[in-house]
Amino acid sequence: MYKYNEFDENFVRERVAQFRGQVERRIDGSLTEDEFKPLRLMNGLYLQLHAYMLRVAIPYGTLNAAQMRQLAYLAERWDKGYGHFTTRQNIQYNWPKLKDVPDMLDALADVGMHAIQTSGNTIRNVTADHFAGAAADEIEDPRPVAELLRQWSTDHPEFQFLPRKFKIAVTGSSTDRAVTKAHDIGLRMVRNDAGEPGFEVIVGGGLGRTPMIGKVIRAFLPKADLLPYCEAIVSVYNLLGRRDNKYKARIKITVAENGLEKIRDLVEGRFNELRREFNGFDQELLENIEAQFAPPVFRKAPTLAFDAYRAANPAFRSWSDTNLADHHADGYAIVSVSIKKHGATPGDASADQMRVLADLAETYGHDEIRISHEQNVILPHVHKSDLAAVYEGLRDADLATANIGLVSDIIACPGMDYCALATARSIPIAQEIATRFDELKLEHEIGPLKIKISGCINACGHHHVGHIGILGLDRAGVENYQITLGGDGTETATVGERAGPGFSADEIVPAIERLIDAYLGIRASGDETFLQTYRRLGLAPFKAALYPEKEAANAA
Amino acid sequence: MSRRPFTPKVVTANELIDGDAVWLTALDSWSRDMAEAELIDDEAIAQDRLLFALSQPDVIVGAYLADAKASGNGAAPVHFREEFRARGPSNYLHGKQVGVKNHV
Ligand code: SF4
Repeated sequence: MYKYNEFDENFVRERVAQFRGQVERRIDGSLTEDEFKPLRLMNGLYLQLHAYMLRVAIPYGTLNAAQMRQLAYLAERWDKGYGHFTTRQNIQYNWPKLKDVPDMLDALADVGMHAIQTSGNTIRNVTADHFAGAAADEIEDPRPVAELLRQWSTDHPEFQFLPRKFKIAVTGSSTDRAVTKAHDIGLRMVRNDAGEPGFEVIVGGGLGRTPMIGKVIRAFLPKADLLPYCEAIVSVYNLLGRRDNKYKARIKITVAENGLEKIRDLVEGRFNELRREFNGFDQELLENIEAQFAPPVFRKAPTLAFDAYRAANPAFRSWSDTNLADHHADGYAIVSVSIKKHGATPGDASADQMRVLADLAETYGHDEIRISHEQNVILPHVHKSDLAAVYEGLRDADLATANIGLVSDIIACPGMDYCALATARSIPIAQEIATRFDELKLEHEIGPLKIKISGCINACGHHHVGHIGILGLDRAGVENYQITLGGDGTETATVGERAGPGFSADEIVPAIERLIDAYLGIRASGDETFLQTYRRLGLAPFKAALYPEKEAANAA
Repeated sequence: MSRRPFTPKVVTANELIDGDAVWLTALDSWSRDMAEAELIDDEAIAQDRLLFALSQPDVIVGAYLADAKASGNGAAPVHFREEFRARGPSNYLHGKQVGVKNHV
């Protein structure tokens, strides 16, 4: 897997040393908060409701065991023994002390990690398909490209002061597991008619205040043209993007206001100039990076032990039905470890759990770990004959919840329990929904269903693309939860439709229960998912279930 | 038309080193317990106290005036955001709800 070269390492160490000096000057009073704030944000340090928060980048969601152990060490040494995995494949520490942060950053640098460009109007951490390098349906591992983009964008002098933050996501298969259509630039790998791999380039997607599904600016871009093309997009945006109004500054607004055609013409024009300047060094770099992402040597071995354990152990059978995905190598499986135990905080893992994950990855998983934007942890390469041992290890660490993709596998942002921008809480709502459906013992019956919760309009919890989205708002000093339905974050991305008036914190869980009851009553068969039923029948039957009083009043 | 009555205020901020929510007391110190906050009934005094807070950038960060009310126990929050700040997160018994020393 990718290792820092010397330049990277020096760069990161230098940044930590600088920041150490800045923190000292802040504490002794020689820097004011106004002077210090942009400096701390550049290093991923936020001030939240109860404490500082350190956001650490996990580039394209990839970690090895040593890095995961170091994350555990940080959690234990400088935080309250846990970390929070986010929808941007980052990890956040909720309780660091200002004076300790430089030491935390040094400890991260020891394992080639940092918190740079996790904030500010720069190109943020590039996210990727969490099944990268493993998925059966993959064309190519998207991470070398993500790493190339990371190197190109890190400290890029032209792009440190963009009109607004800029997020890129990349997926190596035409199945979109990286929500590419909700990013400033989305890259979805496809093949052209000649069978060569390249990218469908999507631009101008984004959630937040004005949710938009990205538009295809180039149906097929040869892989070799990626960097000049992305640079062309970012430089057109850097010129055209609005700096007068923060809410109109993202590229999605630039595209909407100028029209896709105009943006495309400008980008193609700029691309033709840039392509000459790039003259191949990026391809050499990419080749170099690709060599470092060489797949592990997969083992050939029988999988009979897996079948036998499956037959003998119903809990394992249930877990393997929901938490495994198809691997491209024979005899292997992708393990999704649920960080969504019923009633627990979505995405929170304790230091002990992180260490167990590291050990299992090392022993059974070719030393590879991924963090998904759905706030789960992936062991991408596990041979089926080792699944029983992996399952038992997970179970002993309280990590074997069999709910991937089900109603309790909820995305929830930190909301008003931590986030200074929040308008309502999201974590307790996720906890209550998961607990309720666990009591009802219905979640396997309900089948695939994505609930996503955000604690404010910024939509870090991706509520717009949840099959059921929940947005927490402040309505006249009371927490209020608005429901959207029919959202989808995959290659058939759709922004959910608002269902109607919001619900109070006490009403929201029963409302979700009515929705799901309604679905179970009207689905065409047990195989028709919630989203399919919604697409077939539209909002009306769900609205009737959500607002029965209105229904009664209309009938009267 | 009468002026809208002034909602009583407290001066609140986050402590510089650990970021914990703190409130300005009548004794010019900072407390981690909202009940000990000075409840200010007068707009001019509130502004004055805020300026006093802003003059201490080496002790606190991000001082502002928050609506508050009197309770049997001292100053109490009006808005739920301030209630959470005064208590700590709801998913774990972390932060001030587990009991901390009061003064900065
Ligand atoms: S959606 Fe809002 S509340 Fe949630 S993490 Fe993002 S900014 Fe904070």
